[in-house]
Amino acid sequence: MQRIYLDNNATTITAPEVKAALLPFLDELYGNPSSLHRFGAETRSHLADALDALYDLIDADDKDSIVVNSCGTEGNNTVLQGVYYNVIKPTGKNHIVTTEVEHPSVRNCCKFLQGLGVEVTYVPTNREGFVTAEAIAAAMTGKTALVSVMWANNETGALFPIDEIAKVVKSRGALFHTDATQALGKVPVSVKSRNIDFLAYSGHKFHAPKGVGALYIRSGVNLPPLLYGGEQMGGLRGGTHNMPGIVALGAAAKLAKEGVAIEQTQVKALRDRFENTILRDIPDTSVNGTRVFRTPNTSNIVFKGVEGEAILWDLNENGLAASTGSACASGDEKASYVLLSLGLPAALAHSSIRFSLSRYTTTAEIDAALDIVKKTIARLRSISIAYK
Amino acid sequence: MGKEALIGRGLWDSYSEKVRARMNAPKHFGVFTEADAQAKGLKLVDVLHGSEACGDAVELFLLIDPKTNIIKEARFKSFGCGTAIAASDMMAELCVGKTVDQVLKITNLDVERELRDTPDTPSVPGQKMHCSVMAYDVIKKAVASYKNVDIREFEEKEIVCHCGRITRKEIEDAIVSKGLTTVEQIMEETGAGTFCGSCIRPGGHEEKNVYLVDILDEMLRKKQQGREVRSAERSFSDMTVPQKLKVLERALDEFVRPSLAADSGGLEIMDIHDNILYINYTGACAGCASAGRGTLQFVEATLKEKVDAGLVVKPYRE
Repeated sequence: MQRIYLDNNATTITAPEVKAALLPFLDELYGNPSSLHRFGAETRSHLADALDALYDLIDADDKDSIVVNSCGTEGNNTVLQGVYYNVIKPTGKNHIVTTEVEHPSVRNCCKFLQGLGVEVTYVPTNREGFVTAEAIAAAMTGKTALVSVMWANNETGALFPIDEIAKVVKSRGALFHTDATQALGKVPVSVKSRNIDFLAYSGHKFHAPKGVGALYIRSGVNLPPLLYGGEQMGGLRGGTHNMPGIVALGAAAKLAKEGVAIEQTQVKALRDRFENTILRDIPDTSVNGTRVFRTPNTSNIVFKGVEGEAILWDLNENGLAASTGSACASGDEKASYVLLSLGLPAALAHSSIRFSLSRYTTTAEIDAALDIVKKTIARLRSISIAYK
Repeated sequence: MGKEALIGRGLWDSYSEKVRARMNAPKHFGVFTEADAQAKGLKLVDVLHGSEACGDAVELFLLIDPKTNIIKEARFKSFGCGTAIAASDMMAELCVGKTVDQVLKITNLDVERELRDTPDTPSVPGQKMHCSVMAYDVIKKAVASYKNVDIREFEEKEIVCHCGRITRKEIEDAIVSKGLTTVEQIMEETGAGTFCGSCIRPGGHEEKNVYLVDILDEMLRKKQQGREVRSAERSFSDMTVPQKLKVLERALDEFVRPSLAADSGGLEIMDIHDNILYINYTGACAGCASAGRGTLQFVEATLKEKVDAGLVVKPYRE
């Protein structure tokens, strides 16, 4: 059976160029860049090249820091917990503003900080699925130490007006963090405005392997390490350099920089073809969130009258991988909080599926996927009580 | 925690082949109409349970012979995940050929067992058991509708964990007999709360009348109260010597010494053996002739009344 992968917001295949770049670091170039001898020394230029690519990817200044870490979750935790220890505790500025639709690594870390006495405001999205700068400004108080807003949402692909939000936050004297995990490689991401203090992302969302990510820290902002250890990463993150991962992330960053154009043209065209065909050929379907301001690879669709996990099951039986924001599983049978935040009724949130493409998705795959989706929805609607 | 939890099995990995087959091709899905029922001389029962907003809904259609109360045919429609579809399908199948009273005895556990490939391997992962509870609930609703009675007649108030059908009594018995003090121990001992987890504490996907944390709190509170009551009622003979002395000193201070002090006398406890108290008079009493009898009787009678009826008071001799 042909396998079609439309779940690239969950993870992506490692690009062949990235794989080729990292392999030498498993054998001939296995040295530790912290070592003084040749084995270590010969790896250091590769470390430098990789970091160059990471700085280039988001237009960071050489005075800024980009700490290579394990993933977006680590970056988000480093920022939230670091700001707690460095700013919130010593100054008593006891308030964080974030959104209702952040990744669990932001949401659950905020909940942890609430347990330590921090006040957190979770701003809901508008019907388009994003949060405006005005809404963020309205949530801020004189006590706001940090604002954390994602660049793009994982479920709907909705893009948040990060430059505007960062400007507002800056003007009010708080720190600004963005989780850019779903944006890198899909839309231009830049810290050139100098209003963004922290930016976290994960490599495996843009064709690097799992287990490597990065955290940008603007120059002039102090953040304590999450992992105390040696002097690696300028003392901002202990632990021996993950050279295969770092080199892979650098190679993926180069691809991502070029890849934005491919995403905006080729991937977007395929996504639109997929989405428009579904809307045209399958009755009672609609798109969740904005169709304009979103990542070019993501489509979140409501199939009225059928339950999301049942859809996923049938798609999978036919070789197509997609995803739901909610799983009919322990303690989690609630509808997707992202879709509820943008005002979708629970019944429709339970009937929503996310399809996410990549630069490796082909036209043939999209056409085959469309057939599978049509067949699945027809069968499940024939069983469904809720569709007549 | 531990290795199993760290690996974290995919939900779908634990489905039996029977569950998979019924998800892909349910045998009993569909509808019956009044016209179908009339054509066959049967009575139609059509009930709906759950809602789309909850993410789970099932509609059951039964054709019942009004003379024998036997269910002749059953079909369902479902808005739900694969487990809900497979469980509804099996439930419909199990209904056929039984009377309405017999089907009330079919539970979600029976459905789950019927879906097993081998007797000892569950057909769905624990978190998915709640999806089969819905299929069970709809049966009760259908029978209530057929018999024209309130569904609350079939409500099982004593069940706390609906996935595993574990009753309040089983949980309370385990708490008492095993001396359980944490929810985790209750889960391990009884299995309650190890399926969908909704009955552990509020905040799960389903609201409950009572949660494991409530039952545990209540039982621990009862136990604590029991302990306090027992210690208050503890009989004099069970007390330790310091406890006995404390009780006796208090009674002497309150009821005996004031009277003696009025005559410029006093008394002190010299020794105690079981229920025999040895005293010495002090002050004016020390040389008083009546101290040997009258005062002694007064002291003993007072302590018998105020402390313990079995007490004997004797003058101390070295």
